[in-house]
Amino acid sequence: MDTLSALLHGFTVALTPYNLMWSAIGVTLGTAIGVLPGIGPALTVALLLPVTYNLDPTSAFIMFAGIFYGAMYGGSTTSILLNTPGESASIVTALDGHAMARKGRGAQALATAAIGSFVAGTIATVALTFVAPLMVRIALAFGPAEYFALMVLSLTTVTAVLGDSLPRGLASLFFGLALGLVGIDLQTGQARFSLGVPELLDGIDVVVVAVGLFAVGETLYNAARHRYEPEEMYDLKGSKWMSKEDWARSWKPWLRGTLIGFPIGALPAGGSEIPTFLSYLTEKRLSKHPEEFGHGAIEAVAGPEAANNASAAGVLAPLLSLGLPTSATAAIMLAAFQQYGLQPGPLLFENNSSLVWGLIASLYIGNVLLLVLNLPMAGVWVKLLAIPRPWLYAGILIFATMGAYTLNNNLVDLVILWVIGLIGFGMRVLDIPVAPCIVGLILGPMAEQQFRRALAISQGDLSVFVTHPISLGLLLTGLLLVVVPVLLRRRRAKYTTA
Amino acid sequence: MITMDRRQFSFLTTAAIASLTVGASPLLAEEVKGLELLAPSAPGSGYDQLARSMQAVLQEKKLASGIQVQNVAGGGGTVGLSQFITSRKRAPSILVFGFALVGGIITTKSAVNLDQVVPLARLMGEANVIVVPESSDIKTLADLIAKLKANPQAVSWAGGSIGGIDHVMVGLIAKAVGVDPTKVNYVVHAGGGEVLASTLGGHATVGISGFEEFRSQIEAGKLRALAISSGERMPDVKVPTLKEGGVDLAIMNWRGLAVHASTSEDEKKALTEMIAAMVKTQEWKAVLQKRGWIDTYLPPAEFASFLKQEQVRVATALKDVGLTQ
Repeated sequence: MDTLSALLHGFTVALTPYNLMWSAIGVTLGTAIGVLPGIGPALTVALLLPVTYNLDPTSAFIMFAGIFYGAMYGGSTTSILLNTPGESASIVTALDGHAMARKGRGAQALATAAIGSFVAGTIATVALTFVAPLMVRIALAFGPAEYFALMVLSLTTVTAVLGDSLPRGLASLFFGLALGLVGIDLQTGQARFSLGVPELLDGIDVVVVAVGLFAVGETLYNAARHRYEPEEMYDLKGSKWMSKEDWARSWKPWLRGTLIGFPIGALPAGGSEIPTFLSYLTEKRLSKHPEEFGHGAIEAVAGPEAANNASAAGVLAPLLSLGLPTSATAAIMLAAFQQYGLQPGPLLFENNSSLVWGLIASLYIGNVLLLVLNLPMAGVWVKLLAIPRPWLYAGILIFATMGAYTLNNNLVDLVILWVIGLIGFGMRVLDIPVAPCIVGLILGPMAEQQFRRALAISQGDLSVFVTHPISLGLLLTGLLLVVVPVLLRRRRAKYTTA
Repeated sequence: MITMDRRQFSFLTTAAIASLTVGASPLLAEEVKGLELLAPSAPGSGYDQLARSMQAVLQEKKLASGIQVQNVAGGGGTVGLSQFITSRKRAPSILVFGFALVGGIITTKSAVNLDQVVPLARLMGEANVIVVPESSDIKTLADLIAKLKANPQAVSWAGGSIGGIDHVMVGLIAKAVGVDPTKVNYVVHAGGGEVLASTLGGHATVGISGFEEFRSQIEAGKLRALAISSGERMPDVKVPTLKEGGVDLAIMNWRGLAVHASTSEDEKKALTEMIAAMVKTQEWKAVLQKRGWIDTYLPPAEFASFLKQEQVRVATALKDVGLTQ
């Protein structure tokens, strides 16, 4: 009851025309930067910090939260239409989202992403309102051993994106794992495969690799074929709205995505990519049409998009109740709190309750604003695909190059982008799937760090991974996910040959 | 009717504007135009926060105009440093750097170093604090030292990046109490947030990070602060110093400024005066207080000799923990 009245008070704060305006500015700005690869919510909030110096803190945070949520919505747009993920959390969306766009179902993909984001964002905000303290307690139970087990579980996602040929899929995975090794080893400070280039010391940015493999590689491949093969036209005819079947196939993935995304978002080292991987895997395993995955299955867009929005709300739980930043954006928001002399943590709810509850209420409002902003836009965005092919390709390449440059304002990133892009082109020619590479690149370094951290703390005792119950449970789930489908396939094969 | 020719008019307006500016800023330092601040790290990081706080204060007090903050992240700050050294600047430009870059240059075996820039001022410091979760059986610094002496490997220290302030501090503590620094079980985490989670969750034995990062948890009683790293206690904070706990060591995470080696004497003088005026303003003091930064301002000459000592201390500490030969 206390929570409800506090929330109602929050709405009276957030619904003032002045704060409503900041919320609208935030979500619009967030959507825009979500669309651009390279410029993320973290950078945007950091750049706005000095500008908001004299603004009332409540209004400033309402705007920041709008940017944070908006970026999660916007990221899906370019993933789906241009195969160019704007943020690492929307890489998975590109897999089936772009395939849907090629089949002329871009509007439906955008719609299921927008509605899924709304559903997930709203449910996760409710969860943030009522169960944040519980979530945080669970999150703290995760130590390095548990994280390593979670990474291993996520790594089984690879089995869902390997493609038809096991050796090709594994080659891609190992390429990704190798890329992940580049840079300073955090535990020892030794540089690995950095070739004496200082810019490589921090490793290779996931967004650069994703944009290189997806956008640059794919575009070069299409452009190379252009002269020899008749142009396949993106079908723009037909309804722009989701059909009854689309709804039926979307609502469960939305809910499951939310369920996966929120708790993982609350984990201090969970990251926004992991829930999207796990959601993709879950949907493929549960789907009646697993063969459609990779070729434009709507579940594969609905689930991961819901998961990344739910994880965004999850990130706020430890930030507000512990002062614990779990993502780059959260770290900047923490800095913003400090700019105003506020200290997020156990005492924030008592000392600044109208700010906290105003912020939480603004999340509900922001979600509605984002749906209103994004749903009608779906039909407009899709028209991008009607642009003549050579122009569209040139546009994508310029867009991708610009995005990679804005990441660090550094030419080295452009070289990396184009080298990776050419490799992506080669992989496409040889029919090697690119998704396993991304999975390896994201999860490899995280798993390695957590593994070594766990062993450092246990002084080299490997049993920590099976004596910790959460870790054991996660590892067993991962094992089942790999073994059961193989066994089922064996049994089926036996029956058909017998 | 009073007529006025153009010269008279421009004289009057200039006088009017001049009197306005003087009215707005009682400080007599001349305004620096088109100042560039380079933070060799990502937006939101410590260097960036310092640069952007300076930007706000300098602009507001009209000590400088057209100020731009540029972020060049990477390689523990060495990417930004090398860009600062190699680029030719037309506008006056200042590099923001600090303790982390001193260590970063050593650990990344950087081709550029701080001898290629001229120290301008030290601006602030942050004290580190050693904490344990409230449920820990370690009650005091003495308990921790006893445990460390009994079995160095059994004490896992959660801290920030390798070769950074937290790591150096742990190495120096071990050495000060007679434990082999190479035996210390230092567990690297990506930033203060992860250190906080690892410590609160009881996964590591102790956590070490900037005081502000742990402040609210300490005040709420979820974490027990064993010792603070500064030479003196912080105002209004009841945490004993390392010295009080029997470890003869004082260390702070300081940040300061440097200029290009080619900067003219006139420009250096103007910038020194600008900074000297800035640190005296109420606005700057308010920034320090809000962020929990300790005022450790040093003018160019004093900062240069401090920097020399610090470079030696960090290099020795990193050798002692076995990071470099």
